Amino acid sequence: MQEKDHKVSNSHNYSIYILVWLALMILTTVTVAIAGMDIGRFTVATALVIASVKAFLVLSIFMHLRNEGKTFIIFVIVALFFLGISFILLFSDYSLQAGL
Amino acid sequence: MSSVAVATGSNGHEPSYLDYKGKHSGILGWILSTDHKRIGLLYLCALSVFFLVGVTFGFLMRLELISPGRTIMDPQTYNSIFTLHGVIMIFLFVVPGLPAVFGNFFLPILIGAKDVAFPRINLLSWYLYMLGGLLAVISILLPGGPADTGWTFYIPYAVRTNTNVMLALFAAFTLGFSSILTGLNFVTTVHRLRAPGMSWFKMPLSVWSLYATAWVQILATPIIGITLLLVAVERLLGVGIFDPALGGDPVLYQHLFWIYSHPAVYIMILPAMGVVSEIIPVFARRTIFGYKFIAFSSIAIALFGSLVWAHHMFTAGMSNTSQFLFSLLTMLVAIPSAIKVFNWIATLYKGSIELATPMLFVLAFIFLFSIGGLTGVMQGILSVDIQVHDTSFIVAHFHYVMFGGTGFGFFAAMHYWFPKMFGKMYNRKLAKVYFWLLFVGFNVLYFPMFIMGWLGMPRRYYDYLPEFHSYHFISTIGSWILVAGMILMVYNIFKSVLKGTIITDKNPWGGETLEWRIDTPPIHENFIEIPVVETDPYQYKMNEPDFKKVSDN
Amino acid sequence: MSTQEHTAAAHVHRDDVGSRMGMWLFLFTELLLFGGLFLLYSVYRFTYADQFHIAAKELNTIVGAFNTAVLLTSSLTMALSIVAIQRNQKLLSIVLQMITILLALFFMVNKYFEWTAKFHHGIYPGSEELLSRQPGEILFFGLYYVMTGLHGLHVLVGMVLIAVMARMTRQGTITHNNYVRLENTGLYWHLVDIIWIFLFPLFYLIT
Repeated sequence: MQEKDHKVSNSHNYSIYILVWLALMILTTVTVAIAGMDIGRFTVATALVIASVKAFLVLSIFMHLRNEGKTFIIFVIVALFFLGISFILLFSDYSLQAGL
Repeated sequence: MSSVAVATGSNGHEPSYLDYKGKHSGILGWILSTDHKRIGLLYLCALSVFFLVGVTFGFLMRLELISPGRTIMDPQTYNSIFTLHGVIMIFLFVVPGLPAVFGNFFLPILIGAKDVAFPRINLLSWYLYMLGGLLAVISILLPGGPADTGWTFYIPYAVRTNTNVMLALFAAFTLGFSSILTGLNFVTTVHRLRAPGMSWFKMPLSVWSLYATAWVQILATPIIGITLLLVAVERLLGVGIFDPALGGDPVLYQHLFWIYSHPAVYIMILPAMGVVSEIIPVFARRTIFGYKFIAFSSIAIALFGSLVWAHHMFTAGMSNTSQFLFSLLTMLVAIPSAIKVFNWIATLYKGSIELATPMLFVLAFIFLFSIGGLTGVMQGILSVDIQVHDTSFIVAHFHYVMFGGTGFGFFAAMHYWFPKMFGKMYNRKLAKVYFWLLFVGFNVLYFPMFIMGWLGMPRRYYDYLPEFHSYHFISTIGSWILVAGMILMVYNIFKSVLKGTIITDKNPWGGETLEWRIDTPPIHENFIEIPVVETDPYQYKMNEPDFKKVSDN
Repeated sequence: MSTQEHTAAAHVHRDDVGSRMGMWLFLFTELLLFGGLFLLYSVYRFTYADQFHIAAKELNTIVGAFNTAVLLTSSLTMALSIVAIQRNQKLLSIVLQMITILLALFFMVNKYFEWTAKFHHGIYPGSEELLSRQPGEILFFGLYYVMTGLHGLHVLVGMVLIAVMARMTRQGTITHNNYVRLENTGLYWHLVDIIWIFLFPLFYLIT
């Protein structure tokens, strides 16, 4: 079955996955370590940034998103956009409210 | 015209999809069929039943409201009836409606495919639909009585009431799942199964509409899925997520509810708009004006529609800033819809108009949807909405868009595609009679609601002040005219499916899209050979100097 | 533009890209299903920041981190099982799939112990102990049980799916020429992992 938009890559290689796994483990360790430190307001932001990096690695390598082509990537962006915009607009009600 | 490189001439040997004998025969051949056309008809049968039940509940509501005080039922019954009317109409008719029936039947044909991307999942969608409907019916019959919360299941009442809310929640959840599967099927189908030569901008506009709709089905529906699940969990375990006594926020429930339910109204209207874009060129004998504008506006409606949900909550207790923001965004969402209306009218201009029944319904759509849409913009204005929220004004607005819009769009599709689906023609004279009954009845029923709502008549109220009596009276009379039209329509369609004039003409209306090139009714695999598409859709021969006949090189 | 293979058999054309596309679209629904819960969490977290902080102390960061490592590793073994089948290493693929299931089981067992420990301390929805606490804490645990519970349910479903895939691989239904089912199961599994990647810091690391 010819699939123009499925680029054949080095996906038949074990090593890239093991490397990514190592990175994920390291990032997990980092995020636990940082949680122990007191950085006040940035706690959530930092944790979420690290989680996003981990998610990105899983998405692009483990889930082969980088091999799938433009259409799939646009799909993911659209889905994340919908979730993101819901967050932002929802918070227009909660962050600016004077008390609950 | 959409030229076809390979002949799809009639094949006297191949049976139509109605007579096709596959792995199973008889009734099993239908309920186990993965043929998108049969599934479309399965949906049509089920949907029609639920629609008529929903109409009946509406009819009964209007009977109760014909005069103040008790007329035919007690207040508790009234609460249950308007809840059921909403749940059935929204989740079992308007949301699934056009995609499930006409999308299923025609999307593959319109793009030159033999079926959808996942035929078995398509059948699963129908089973889930039936299960959802069954759960809803059971919720009516079991002790405890049907839910009386309104179709919106607002907290805290939805947690406290002793009626069969759990069943209703699971019914809605199941129906949502059905909707999701249809959505993902359609997106994949449009991406993967278009015939050779059919680029995105050669697709019929109803396909663009169904595509945009499918995205909303995929992305928005899970939000209500989780929300309904949380209400169920709340009823069972008292977790406190929306309970103020435990720190929860009931307004947050409303946010989550409307994050789906507003985009849901675009699931409802987009396919109907697609139908309008299909029908107008045929009966105006003109190429559609502004193809790309209409195509992109479908995407824009889906996109902007996800930004405005809290305009349902202006009086719920939101922050001022949030109210302003959502009011502003609501103004935006009207723009792509207006673009469509403009392009449709421009297509009609200097066209050669034939007022066949499908065209009548489409013209009614434009009129009724415009009223509905404009009153929607009115409601988007914060100060106006504070006045009219939860009044009959809102009820009139959404019936004009959902019924005058999607409903009439559904009827238009029915009368347009009927000959292709069944190989028969309905009584066209009778159709015009009930069209007028429907149109007049509709306006007599709903227009007074604008006025009395403006004057303060609340919605979902069982009783009312004497000053509203004449409006209610007129409205109920309108419902009788409307129902008379419905009865005639159901009779005509039903009778014609069984005993209508048989036609074999592939193209009774002179349409230019692919469904009018294949057999009437279609054979099992739609096409004898997959066509190669070379030109844009809706190309009609014209003498206009600026008319360009576009063909691929 | 895709071409369609028509075979004489009743079974329709095969389109692996389309199959994966459908799976991705389904995954978006899962993303948004949990997304709704994350929306809830974020609003309540913002409103009750301090009380969430207090409640989170009851959760064991080590166990949570350990479970995170377990799930990440299971994602690795899942991804590797696909490489294995691509290289026609059938046995290795099956072994890797089974290891994935075992790791998932390990995750669930940990979860079981976490939950029962909480129940033992009287912390569960509707309990007297929980209701006596501040609203933010009640909500924290409400969300904790709902979110990790729903996640756990998805882990269980994933385990069943992978078991089915392992059987299909053994039977030869999944081969080095036809493994899109395994890929799709992998996609599902990775999403379950991604959800946990976000759940972990939000519940265990806000102390």
